[in-house]
Amino acid sequence: MNEKEMEILGILEENARASISTIADMVELEEQEVSDIIKFLEDKNIILNYQAVINWDHTPVNNGVTAMIDVKVAPKREIGFDGVAERIYRFPEVKAVYLMSGAYDLSVQIEGKTMKEVAFFVSKKLSTLDSVLSTTTHFLLKKYKHDGVIFEPEQKDKRAVVSP
Amino acid sequence: MKQLSKKGYLSETARNIKPSGIRKFFDLANEMDDVISLGVGEPDFVTSWNVCEAAYAAMESGYTAYSANAGLLELRQAISKYLDSQFHVNYQADKEIIVTTGASQAIDIAFRALIDPGDEVLIAEPGFVAYAPIVQLAGGVPVPIETTAENEFKLTADQLEKRINEKTKIVLLCFPNNPTGATLEQEELKQLARVICRHDLLVLSDEIYAELSYDRPHYSIARLPEMRERTIIISGFSKAFAMTGWRLGYLAGPEQFLQAMLKIHQYTMMCAPTIAQHGALEALVNGREDVERMVASYRQRRNYFVKASNQIGLPCHRPGGAFYAFPSIRKTGLSSEQFAEQLLKEEKVAVVPGAVFGEGGEGHIRCSYAASMENLQIAIERIGRFVQKRIL
Repeated sequence: MNEKEMEILGILEENARASISTIADMVELEEQEVSDIIKFLEDKNIILNYQAVINWDHTPVNNGVTAMIDVKVAPKREIGFDGVAERIYRFPEVKAVYLMSGAYDLSVQIEGKTMKEVAFFVSKKLSTLDSVLSTTTHFLLKKYKHDGVIFEPEQKDKRAVVSP
Repeated sequence: MKQLSKKGYLSETARNIKPSGIRKFFDLANEMDDVISLGVGEPDFVTSWNVCEAAYAAMESGYTAYSANAGLLELRQAISKYLDSQFHVNYQADKEIIVTTGASQAIDIAFRALIDPGDEVLIAEPGFVAYAPIVQLAGGVPVPIETTAENEFKLTADQLEKRINEKTKIVLLCFPNNPTGATLEQEELKQLARVICRHDLLVLSDEIYAELSYDRPHYSIARLPEMRERTIIISGFSKAFAMTGWRLGYLAGPEQFLQAMLKIHQYTMMCAPTIAQHGALEALVNGREDVERMVASYRQRRNYFVKASNQIGLPCHRPGGAFYAFPSIRKTGLSSEQFAEQLLKEEKVAVVPGAVFGEGGEGHIRCSYAASMENLQIAIERIGRFVQKRIL
């Protein structure tokens, strides 16, 4: 990875909608060079996706419930933690899976329409997996900050309009 | 109650100080809503959380008393280490560093300690608005040296030499420069140093923007041979650490000068705010990554803004530091004040007229790119539209 690639990743991580021409000006490259670098980063699976961070609480949509589940597993000889994780993340309800150090092994984030639906998923699908030893489900009550984005940011610039 | 008589109560000194040109413009801009401001001389970042947290912790632990006059020894030690590691200049924490209430106060006590009535101080202009008044308050005579756009607002040895006479005592340097963003390289500083040594002058080097150097590391004039002994460095936490409201700066220089400045400091200020000093200590010890992140972000915005400014018809040299672009507006036929005022009223973009930074700034505007990319893009669009209507 060279410096320009890292710089472009930094810009896109902050604003995935930054235009090629703006990025080109910011890092002092030609637009074509920036396009090539982004294409390269996508091909290498370094850039995986471009998503908006949405505060669904500000929409009329009922956005359901989110749960973080601590999962203890007994990794199988053949497949290890990665195999168990894959069995779990294949479910579309599962939004995130992380391997953790500490009291449990996998942290699984699940979204469902209702608490009941999530509880059902845990008891019928997650707990019944061969390698899963135990689960602890925590329901998420409020999002304050997600992926570095504060959900109720203070908009006002506190600086004077003009200063020396 | 007895009425005041008609005689003038105000001192002649106070009456002779000109009000800042920025003030007038500030009042105008402040009355309007939805202004996109490129007029701000401070970072758009808020102070890093760990620094704020350290100040809270200091209050919780009861560090609410005066510190030593020169500042917390621990902080001075950290400044000493920082100046060495970042800029390769060495100052002893116990004798050669004073923590001040902002770099502004550092400038004030430095001039008061060095100026006798009538002494002349050479100041490169365009320059920060406070230098000349502070020199006057100390009884000195500010002498502007005009730097030019052709030279990217760098001060040259020739320009300097022409203004030196038997009354000249001090040269004030501020590079990276507010408002032009100009920087001086080692070789250029050497040329100046030769003239300064030949005429046995002192240097006040305001290096508040040193960290915000985008193309090469800042080089301090105090590093040059024979210059350390005649240089006083002024710097602070405002710009690099996004701590403008904390009012914390410092002086670094030879003991004989600093001890005189300390006398003035102890009678007029006692010490810099103790709680802020605890925050600054945290900034020096654990703030490196944040500084680098902010510098990288300013650099990207500099690159964008300067290119865009040239594209919309406002020629602008490439500033090597600070967070200001200083494009020429001559093509529009307007004075810098007219330009800024009309732009504000028509397009709701605030910039600062170059003329407030000295006569050499006429024909230019100062645009601070310490604003979000989104606002910079909108501002460019609006300024572009404004300029299109006026290009002669």
